[in-house]
Amino acid sequence: MRYTRLAAVALAVSLSGAAASQSALAEVTRGALMAKTCLACHGAAGTAPEATIPTLVHGFPRELMIQTMRGFRDGTRPSTVMGRHAKGYTDAEIELLADYFDGMR
Amino acid sequence: MTISRRKFLQALGAGGAASALAACAPMPTEPRNGEHIVVVGGGSGGATAAKYLRRFDPNLQVTLVEPNATYHTCYGSNWVLGGFRQMDQIAQSYQALRDTHGINVIQDRVTAIEPDAHQVRLAGGRTLSYQKLVLSPGIDFDWEAAAEGTSEATADRIPHAWKAGPQTQILRRQLEAMPNGGVFIMVAPPNPFRCPPGPYERASMVAHYFKTHKPRSKVLILDVKEGFSKQGLFMGGWEANYGDMIEWVGGDRGGMVNRVDVANRTVFSDDGLNRYRGDVINYIPPQKAAQIAHDAGLTNEAGWCPVDQRTFASSIHPDVHVIGDSSVAGAMPKSGHSANSQGKLVAAAIVNGLRGIDAPEPSMVNTCYSLITPDWGISVAAVYRYDDGSIRGVEGSGGVSPADADREFRRREADYTRGWYRSITTDIWG
Repeated sequence: MRYTRLAAVALAVSLSGAAASQSALAEVTRGALMAKTCLACHGAAGTAPEATIPTLVHGFPRELMIQTMRGFRDGTRPSTVMGRHAKGYTDAEIELLADYFDGMR
Repeated sequence: MTISRRKFLQALGAGGAASALAACAPMPTEPRNGEHIVVVGGGSGGATAAKYLRRFDPNLQVTLVEPNATYHTCYGSNWVLGGFRQMDQIAQSYQALRDTHGINVIQDRVTAIEPDAHQVRLAGGRTLSYQKLVLSPGIDFDWEAAAEGTSEATADRIPHAWKAGPQTQILRRQLEAMPNGGVFIMVAPPNPFRCPPGPYERASMVAHYFKTHKPRSKVLILDVKEGFSKQGLFMGGWEANYGDMIEWVGGDRGGMVNRVDVANRTVFSDDGLNRYRGDVINYIPPQKAAQIAHDAGLTNEAGWCPVDQRTFASSIHPDVHVIGDSSVAGAMPKSGHSANSQGKLVAAAIVNGLRGIDAPEPSMVNTCYSLITPDWGISVAAVYRYDDGSIRGVEGSGGVSPADADREFRRREADYTRGWYRSITTDIWG
């Protein structure tokens, strides 16, 4: 009994400690930083006549982003500038981006 | 007594009973002592950094100091000169940063930065203490290196218009007052300078205005350089749209300007060997990091601010992060888009640093769009990584628009240029 109570207290302490440190330690990841750079162009849909670039502020489906970025990169999907950007990302980096935007949906 | 979160975490990490109990105490909701970030300069770099600092850590106390109530973007100002954008369409306000993003925006001018005391002094008399300072002050002009006869005082007659605002309006009015058949002379600056394609977009936009309003006029660019950004695309676009209206004279062909006779609007190059008479002269002086960075001892012998290429922490005073045009940023050009990308990186580096975590591995981007006509856009793009001590473009990525693209491609890039402006200004000030 005594042991259980102690364990419960210890658990509570460690849980609250974990919760506090987890919120404090919510680090800015590489995926988040990389995704935020996309928002320079893809951050606002705007209104006509400026609504020319699709916005990503509401997120994007993971598999579709991977497929789209790979298509831009290998040229199977035509583009003006996205091909030049997509060539700057590895498969692993495209997946980081896709994970991040999928999480924003 | 309040303790900083870093100390708090260090205590937690120590694992003592006291620190475990301290974890039960609620996290402070009021700004934590010492965790005050001051951002100096509300342009593309500083405003982005302030906004993303709060995004990445909504509890962080962030103060942005900017002298102007309204900021006019340098990008887009050439479109005002072209006559199809108004000044209010390139004006940005600080209302959203203040009201939506919880940034303490102070409209004032910084008169001194004291890195050792970790404080900045404002013209209005206040002193702000910081734990980390983000300095994004842009450029100033190196009048000592400028052509003979030019000075800050002559800029109202031969405007530079390289900081948008009243200077843009002076140049626009001079173009409007110029007779049909007149000559517009632009003296382009030496490297490095703000917005590498900017002078050549400006020449395009002035030609666009001339073509529609003063078709017998000429645009003459006198350039100390022997080449320039997106040169092939610009020259191809000029020929296709303006015939021989625009002439570019490089440094090896008589473009090296040494003296300007402001009263007679005459420009002399190659030590007086050539003289050019203009009706409107746009003298864009050599540039350096903003004076405040020099005064604070943050610059190198070349006049720019050396920084750690992973975090933009000053190599001289590491608690000051210098971003944007003032910084030496490897392969990145001095552009609003670069500054925006650097603002995000520095926000991430600072927020992680306060938590004792390394900055994320840099990932930065630049896209510079230029208009040759309102329907003919070109671009240069790059993705940047930290590699072997410097910021480098990822091999095989980036580059300029294709040389052989059709008019539809150029029109699409012009549409994206306007979309880019809308999006990046929302990302920064929205």
